[in-house]
Order: sequence, then structure tokens, then C-alpha cells
Amino acid sequence: MELLIGQMFAGLSLGSVLLLAALGLSLTFGQMGVINMAHGEFMMAGAYTAFVVQRAISDAGVSLLVSIPAGFLVGGVLGLVLEAVLLRRMYHRPLDTLLVTFGVALILQQAARDIFGAPSVDVRAPAWLQGNIELLGAPIPLTRLFILGLSLVCLAGLVLLLKATPLGRRIRAVVLNRDLAETSGVSTRRSDQLTFFIGSGLAGIAGVAVTLIGSTSPYLGTNYIVDAFLVVVAGGIGQIKGAVIAAFSLGVLQSVFEYSTTASIGKVLILIVIVVFLQLRPQGIFSLKTRSLA
Amino acid sequence: MKSLLHGRMGTAAGFTLGAVLLLGVAPAVLPAFNLALLGKFLCFAIVAVGIGLAWGRGGMLTLGQGVFFGLGAYIMAMHMKLADASLFGGSGVPDFMSLYGSGEVPGWWEPFRSPAVTLLAVVLVPGLVALVLGLAIFKRRVKGAYFAILSQALAAAFAVFLIGQQATTGGSNGLNGFRSFFGFDLKDPNNKLMLYMIAAIVLLLSLAAARQLMHSRLGELLVAVRDQEERVRFLGYDPATVKTVIYVVAAVLAGIAGALFVPLVGIISPADVGVIPSIAFLIGVAIGGRATLLGPVLGAVGVAAAQSSLSSTFPSFWVYFQGLLFVLVIGFMPGGLASLPALVRRRRRTPSAAATHEAAVEPAAAGAAAPSPAAPDPVSPTPAAPDPEARRKATTSEEVSR
Repeated sequence: MELLIGQMFAGLSLGSVLLLAALGLSLTFGQMGVINMAHGEFMMAGAYTAFVVQRAISDAGVSLLVSIPAGFLVGGVLGLVLEAVLLRRMYHRPLDTLLVTFGVALILQQAARDIFGAPSVDVRAPAWLQGNIELLGAPIPLTRLFILGLSLVCLAGLVLLLKATPLGRRIRAVVLNRDLAETSGVSTRRSDQLTFFIGSGLAGIAGVAVTLIGSTSPYLGTNYIVDAFLVVVAGGIGQIKGAVIAAFSLGVLQSVFEYSTTASIGKVLILIVIVVFLQLRPQGIFSLKTRSLA
Repeated sequence: MKSLLHGRMGTAAGFTLGAVLLLGVAPAVLPAFNLALLGKFLCFAIVAVGIGLAWGRGGMLTLGQGVFFGLGAYIMAMHMKLADASLFGGSGVPDFMSLYGSGEVPGWWEPFRSPAVTLLAVVLVPGLVALVLGLAIFKRRVKGAYFAILSQALAAAFAVFLIGQQATTGGSNGLNGFRSFFGFDLKDPNNKLMLYMIAAIVLLLSLAAARQLMHSRLGELLVAVRDQEERVRFLGYDPATVKTVIYVVAAVLAGIAGALFVPLVGIISPADVGVIPSIAFLIGVAIGGRATLLGPVLGAVGVAAAQSSLSSTFPSFWVYFQGLLFVLVIGFMPGGLASLPALVRRRRRTPSAAATHEAAVEPAAAGAAAPSPAAPDPVSPTPAAPDPEARRKATTSEEVSR
């Protein structure tokens, strides 16, 4: 029983990290069709932001609370620049955005290596996040609980923004029918920029969060990007609720597979599960219902 | 007359020239060390021929060619390890296995003791894996970004799998320290020359095969599938079959290239087959001109040569440069260098229309070599109207540039 709860929680925790990484992607990839390979590097930028903030503010608790908005801002600004300089020329070539942003990812990774050095750095977790709580006998690390909470807060914020604000309404309008939205007076340029800002900012927050459970290296992004994309694909493009279900199921599945086999075979099994799943539902868990053929 | 020159005669002449350069001039001029390097680049070029077919002509953005390259390479490496072990060690057990594992050869290694099985497997294993994957993916009409991400995940999983199996695959060290190749001593310069020659001949053969494929009905269908998959389906063809066949061809080419890479370079490790090397295969193809026959080959050799000369002296600079290549070539010159003549011609004829890169690139892409920007947009919810979309983008970018 303890073991089961421990494994379940490990899965949920992994899922919450995946969800944080995938929420932003779900916006930029799902809603705008841009495949941003630099999303992982935006996470890395968020993680290094946490590192820099902690050097400025030595109190770990305060620095964490400052890092979260700072990480959002850093990720968001990076995304905004990327969108303004490169991506807005390429909305009609979605596959090529993947390769262009991969180039950007290479550059950002090397920049991080040159600025912070290749060895990984550590960010101290605040005292109130050290230790475990007991849940039915199983120890639950507080840091992981915090990340789970943070991912749910981000999710709630994003849903609220999309469903309940005028900005969110405009974003959804552009996603559903770009030409009609533009004719109706929505500035699609502005909505594109804001979508990208928010999506990339969420990557920054994800980066801050993962500093609590591991060390930060220039390669941090590459560890998460493929899994995050798989979450978006399995969840259904542009479907936030799909991404939530996919993130937590993949997290739990992966921790079960890794527990019953080895880490490497677990990864392979996850991929097989996704390919088989796409056989059953090629559009992912949820799909946008349109009359188009694609 | 002119078309004849550019047509079959031109191709034959170009092919002969290539053969003379690769098989005659290069071995005579280059010192042994550089010839071995060139041999390695030719392996990448063979992969590039396959990517040019799948991505440039077929629109399948395959980010997992490293898997097929790795399958071919590891099969060859396992054979060479086993052969070395029985030739030099006597025990028949590769050195690293007694170091990390139980000291016994696992059952799935045994078939590769036989040279014939190895040679067959180098072609068949990547081909079969691609066939199964291709059928699973394309028959269910998974395409575009979904396919790209799945193929990338495949590369990631493959590398993780190899690293995890230290005792049977050599882990992150990979397989290395080979001494013989089908009984030939790898230290002998004559045998090194032979290996280079084999790589060059395989490249020439795969170019010839790719050329025939491009000009066949299948090749025409492939381009049609890339540009308007639904229309091809309505005409009664099955796009999934076309794509699967080409995907298998590309995989087999990558597998053969991997098998040649191992004796030429002397090592295969997960660092050669993972996500990053798999994407890196693409940049040469993009620079040369992804939809052309020769572009991918020249691009791949050029990038590999630049990498080997720059990355050791300026490692940090090389990464920035590689990143910039991706951004500039894919972002601003999607047709690659092959589209440059058309670009310049167009700019000279109508200087005003070529006010921005964008405006110049798009018509050129629609014209000859490059994939058309009107290719089906896999994620947009309104694929019915690619033209107004493209036009809108073109006008906005012109406005900004003024």
C-alpha cells in the first residue's frame, strides 16, 4: 500500500512537471501551429533565472517566490523576441519552424554554457520545502508537492485567462478562424504575440520549478522537450484538458514502467504505448471538431 | 536540344564526372587521413540522399534517421566485435562484455557472427522497422508535425535504450576498438582505401537509384502527396503506401550508411544516433536544397567538412554557427543553395517584387526546386485556404520592411 501510494505520487509528480512543460507548448504548438523546439531552452532560461535570483537574494524562500514571476518574464520575453524576429514570417510553414527553433535552441544552449559554464549548478530549496509529509504511511517530498500545486495553479490561471477574459476570447477566436477574427476587428498580430508571450512564460515557470528537484545544466531543456511534445500530441493538439490527462497518465505510466523494468526500457515502452494509442485515436485524446480534411 | 543537355545526357555526364572525382581524383590527391575523413562525410551524404527523398520530395520531416543509421551501424559493429573476439581473443566474447556483463554473449548477438546474416540484416532490419512504423503511422493518416515528433521521440528512446544496456550494447561508450573488417586488417592502408571506395560506390549507386526514383511514377506521386495529399487520395491513390515505400528507402540508405560508418570511423555510440545527430543530418540537406538530387549530398559533405575543421579549434563558435545555419537557411532560404540562381534571376527581373527575403523566397519555392509553401498545413484548422494565408503574410512583411 505504501509502495503503491509512493509510486502513484512519483507518477503524479512527474506528470505535474510534464504538465508545466507542456502547458505552454499546448498554447504555442496546439493553438498557433508553431513547433517550438526552443521551448526546452526557455525552461532552462527560467531555471538559470532562479539561480541568478538566488545569488542576489540569499534567502531561499524569498528568492523562490521572486523567481517564479521573474522566470515567467524571462521566458516570455525570449518567446516574444523569437516570435517577432523569426516565427511571424513562418506561420504558413509549420514544419520549418521546428528546424528554425532547433537552431535557436542550439544557440541558447551554447550561450548558457558560455555564461554559466558546462557543469550543472544547484538552487537551494527553501527550508519550508525540505522534508516529507506522510500520506498513509508513504513519505511525500514537500518540493514535489509544491510543484504539483504550482502546476495546478498555472493550469487554473491559463484556463481562467482563456475562458474568462477578453484577451482569452480573442486568442480563441484567432485559433478557430484567423481570417474571420481579423475581419471582426481582432488584431491577430497582437494576439499571436500575447499567446507566445504567455506560452513561453509558462516554460520559464516550469524551469524555476524543476530547479527544486534537480540541478540545472545547459542541457536541461533537451531532457524535457521530447516528452512535453509527446504529451501535447497524445492529448490532442490545442486541447488543454487533453494535455492534463496525457501529462498525468504518461507520468504515472512512466513511473510504473520504470519501477517494474528499468528506466531505459520504460522510455521505450512509453513510446510504444503512444504509437499504439495514436493508432486508436490519431488526433489524440480530444480533438478539435472541424469540417476540414486535415 | 537544350532540354536534352539538361535531361538524360546531362545527368549521365554529371554522374560520370562525380564518379571520376570520387573514385579517381580524390584517392590520388588526398592524403590517407583526409581520405578517411571524406569517407565518413560520404556516409552522411548517403543518409542525406534518403532524407532528401523523404523530406524534400515527400514532405515527411523525419527527425529519427539516426535510429536507422544506428541500427545499421550497431549490427555491423556487433559483427566486427564478434569476429575480432574469435580472431584475436580466442574466447569469442567481445572485450567489453566480460568487463561490464556476465562474460557471455547474449542470444540476440549470436546471429551476427555470420557475415552473410550481418549484411542482410544491415539492409533488412532498418527496412522492416521503417515498414512497420511507416504503416502504423501513415495508414492512420498521422502526418506533419505528429510524424516529426514521433520520429524524434523514436530517436530519443533509441539512444536512452542503448545507454541503459551497458552490458550488451556498450552503453554510452558505444562499440569501438575494431581491428578487422570481414577478415581484412583495418590498420592496412590498402584496406582503408578499399573502405573509402566502397563508400563512394555506394553513394554513387544510391544517387543513381534516387534519380530513377524521382523520375518514376512513384516519384511524381510522392511530390503530389507532399503538395496535396487529399487530392491524391481523391484521385484513387493511397498516399500512405507511397510515403511508406519512400520512408523504407530512406531508412535502408541510412542503415547502409551506418554500416559503412563503423569500419571507416571505428566507433559507434549513442552520441551518433540520438536526437541531436538525427536533426543535424537535416541541415546539410536543407543547405544544399532539400528537393534536389545533388543538393543534399553536397550540403551534407560541406557541413560535415566545416564541422570537422571548425569544431575542434572553435567548439563554441561551431555550435553558434550551426544554430545560425538552421535559422538562416530554413528561415530565409528554404530552397537551399540550389534555389539561389532562381532567386537572383527573379530579383534581377523584378527588383520591386524582391523587396524582402520573404517575397523573393516564396515564388522561387513555388517554381522549381523547393517544396511549395502551399503544401498542406497539418495543424491549421483551416487548410482549405493556404493561398490567402500566404498572401497575407507576404503583404505584412513587405509593409514592415518599408
